[in-house]
Amino acid sequence: MTDATANKGVTPRGAKPRRRLSPTNIMLYGTLFVASVYYLLPLYVMIVTSLKGMPEIRLGNVFSPPVEVTFEPWVKAWAEACTGINCDGLSRGFWNSVQILVPSVVISIAIASVNGYALSLWKFKGSEVFFTILIFGAFIPYQVMIYPIVILLREAGDVLSAMTGTKIRLMGSVWGLVIVHTIFGMPILTLLFRNYFASVPEELFKAARVDGAGFWGIYFRIMLPMALPIFVVAMILQVTGIWNDFLFGVIFTKPETYPMTVQLNNIVNSVQGVKEYNVNMAATLLTGLVPLIIYFASGKLFVRGIAAGAVKG
Amino acid sequence: MTNVTVKDLTLEFGAVRVLDKLNLEIEEGEFLVLLGASGCGKSTLLNCIAGLLDITDGEIHIGGRNVTWEEPSERGIGMVFQSYALYPQMTVEGNLSFGLKNAKVPKPEIAERVARAAEILQIEPLLKRKPAALSGGQRQRVAIGRALVRDVDVFLFDEPLSNLDAKLRADLRVELKLLHQRLQNTMIYVTHDQVEAMTLADRIAIMRGGVVQQIASPAEVYNRPSNKYVAGFIGSPTINFFEGDIAEGGVEFATADTKMPLTGYEASQGALSARPAWLGIRPESVITGTDVDTQPFTTEITVELFEAMGADTLVYTTLAGTPFRFRMSGQARVAAGDTLRIGFDPAQGSLFDKTTEERL
Amino acid sequence: MAVTDSGGTESARTPAKKPNRLFKNLTAKLASVPMILTAIVVFIGCTGWTIYHSFTKSRLLPAPDKWVGLDQYERLWSTRRWLVSIENLAIYGICSLVLSLVIGFTLAALLDRKIRGESVFRTIFLYPFALSFIVTGLVWQWVLNPDFGIQSVVQRWGWESFTFDPLNNADIVIYGILIAGIWQGSGFIMVIMLAGLRGIDEDIWKATRVEGIPVWKTYIVVIIPMMRPVFVTALVLIAAGIIKVYDLVVAQTSGGPGISSEVPAKYVIEKMFQSQNLGQGFAASTMMLVSVLVVLIPWAYLEFGGKRRD
Repeated sequence: MTDATANKGVTPRGAKPRRRLSPTNIMLYGTLFVASVYYLLPLYVMIVTSLKGMPEIRLGNVFSPPVEVTFEPWVKAWAEACTGINCDGLSRGFWNSVQILVPSVVISIAIASVNGYALSLWKFKGSEVFFTILIFGAFIPYQVMIYPIVILLREAGDVLSAMTGTKIRLMGSVWGLVIVHTIFGMPILTLLFRNYFASVPEELFKAARVDGAGFWGIYFRIMLPMALPIFVVAMILQVTGIWNDFLFGVIFTKPETYPMTVQLNNIVNSVQGVKEYNVNMAATLLTGLVPLIIYFASGKLFVRGIAAGAVKG
Repeated sequence: MTNVTVKDLTLEFGAVRVLDKLNLEIEEGEFLVLLGASGCGKSTLLNCIAGLLDITDGEIHIGGRNVTWEEPSERGIGMVFQSYALYPQMTVEGNLSFGLKNAKVPKPEIAERVARAAEILQIEPLLKRKPAALSGGQRQRVAIGRALVRDVDVFLFDEPLSNLDAKLRADLRVELKLLHQRLQNTMIYVTHDQVEAMTLADRIAIMRGGVVQQIASPAEVYNRPSNKYVAGFIGSPTINFFEGDIAEGGVEFATADTKMPLTGYEASQGALSARPAWLGIRPESVITGTDVDTQPFTTEITVELFEAMGADTLVYTTLAGTPFRFRMSGQARVAAGDTLRIGFDPAQGSLFDKTTEERL
Repeated sequence: MAVTDSGGTESARTPAKKPNRLFKNLTAKLASVPMILTAIVVFIGCTGWTIYHSFTKSRLLPAPDKWVGLDQYERLWSTRRWLVSIENLAIYGICSLVLSLVIGFTLAALLDRKIRGESVFRTIFLYPFALSFIVTGLVWQWVLNPDFGIQSVVQRWGWESFTFDPLNNADIVIYGILIAGIWQGSGFIMVIMLAGLRGIDEDIWKATRVEGIPVWKTYIVVIIPMMRPVFVTALVLIAAGIIKVYDLVVAQTSGGPGISSEVPAKYVIEKMFQSQNLGQGFAASTMMLVSVLVVLIPWAYLEFGGKRRD
């Protein structure tokens, strides 16, 4: 039931406009054009600002294209911009984000896909209850749960340290953040996979059972190969979501492991020194680049992903 | 020898009792068809036998083993589904061998069995293709092949032909019949199509509301339906029912204005006694033309409507106050408003008790 | 009732035992452990923990034994910063709800008129949704910068007295955030609305054309009522998003000027992690939960009330 809405969005409906320059059409395209300006303006401003030198910014207006194109702000944003005492630019945050992103995406999708599979094909007593809690949990503000999670992670780290004899810290480390992303990604991803696997013909599942495949056999040999598109959708959803996260990053990591968004905010909103708007905009663009690339590259799948998040189970 | 036994099978979904203390015995090599309208529990019963549904109570024995709590793959069954249920990402060969690989059958034997099944079903040229590249009929053949390679005694079919168009359905029906003659396996076949049931079955079990109404040979089910529901369910066009009373001594069936002789009726228990009843007359048993007067009951009717279907013509009329349909030769020339003389033998019909609707 | 008699079956082996319920589907149950733990420990456990501790005197550390009843809530509702946060959230929430729905539906309806370049427009309207609130906040901070942004440009065009400086004006700062929020999220609402519009049977349009009902009237009288479930979904999503507003404010204004653009989510985080006043953080976050429930319960009641889900 999830994807049906997204898939329908292919052919336009409604009466066909008759003349090209009818008043209706002028209104129609006029409105769309004005709206487009509102949506595109910030991107345009970001790009032109990031390509100007500071003197030009102080004299000119934000909308004028750069007279002298310079890539220096980009270099500076990537390699030299300062947060506090660190002056190695956004590159540090970028790599931190990558280190957070990869395990978070892999683990959250692995767990959620198995959950969704179990919920749709191997229902057991109480499974629907847990699922309902999970879905309603998605609406609980993170702020309500965040402090006890900090405590839990700290305690779990201590327990693990005691068990293994080595110092393990979950709080403040990348792995703590991975766990948090896995937990809070679970409702939407589980819903996504549950709905997908529920749409797989039940007879296919029965045939596999008659053929002697078990829980994991059916998952890996039958369902996984079939569900590749939905895995891509889940990946788009998670990569954008985790890359764009700020709240968890700021709470569950420490300055050395801050993800890119947190570092970006610290660079731009830093109160020390002269404001370098061009560097700030280059840094902002750099941070937005990853989700933007995914958005433009994935097209329909992105829409499908967010629409999947929209429709309740 | 009995091959499949279902003992007091009860299945509940929550508070709903879907199957209630159902008993069934299927002989080795028998072709049994479970027939019924949708929702009658026939597919559910098949899924219980396959082990795809956990039953609430009762026992299931296959090949002399109690398999009630065994996994589907351990029960010695092969199953064919309505939607074919082929694994879309595997080739035909992969589909056929998947179960054998799971059972850790040695590779050479897998190859041998797949080749044999492919030969029987004539799908050798398709082995390297994916299901998406097959036609509906080919897919269903592969699905049958998947059951075939398992080398089992019992085949379960869950409406296997329902997704095919009429012509293919007829072709595959014949093929299934031939397959059964060749393999001599026990086959349990679920369908809602009575033509399939009549043509394929050694015995038909007609189900309604989770209860077996009658289990008998196709001829018996047609000629001597055990109750009014079965009589109405089997046969197309459907049987005509008259409401009336059996006279004392069982000599006559009387509706409000018509009397029909019952001499020679074979009652299922003892002799007929006076009581309110239904009389069922099949549209096919009506005689017209010169032989009419040989029939124990004759009357004149007015044609209200007719449907000429080539091979035969169906005439709609009213008899004894109820709508009545009967079949004539396709060559018969009739028109609405014509008066026709018809006859039939009420004793060849079926009598059902008015209240219990059981056969008398 | 022709049923075979059930006697006389030969069972070579003793009847298999009915397996223990607990071990039925054991693998599935084990595989669901992460989900079960998340549901019970995090969603129920942690929420309950926070609610409980909001009635205690926790400050630097949680103090489960120091029960103070509703003290924290009394203090919360007499804190000016909290009241400002609530007021901001109310303004932001109502405006964002109305504007997102109106803009989202209007754009979707326009795109549904068989226009050229539909996918281009759709891409343009939706791309901000891919960006983080931090990026959104920082861009709009720059665009609305009074010295270099829109205000200065318009003034330089000759309209000297033009003032539009929401980010520096405490009275209207929340509208500055609103502009950015709408920019980021309305494309998403448009996508939902468009999917809803495409789900409407083409025959409806044919019927209204045959009857000669004007297009605008068709939308208002026929289409929008038919799309009620889509509107409800959009409403719930927008509402759930509004309460979580945090990063946008942090990036765009840091709550300023002064405390004029504070929001509840920010209040909670700062009380918990900066000013070491856990009790206040717990009470404030519980209030956030309450406001979610106020939206969620009527919705769940309308959506699932009466009919049981399978």
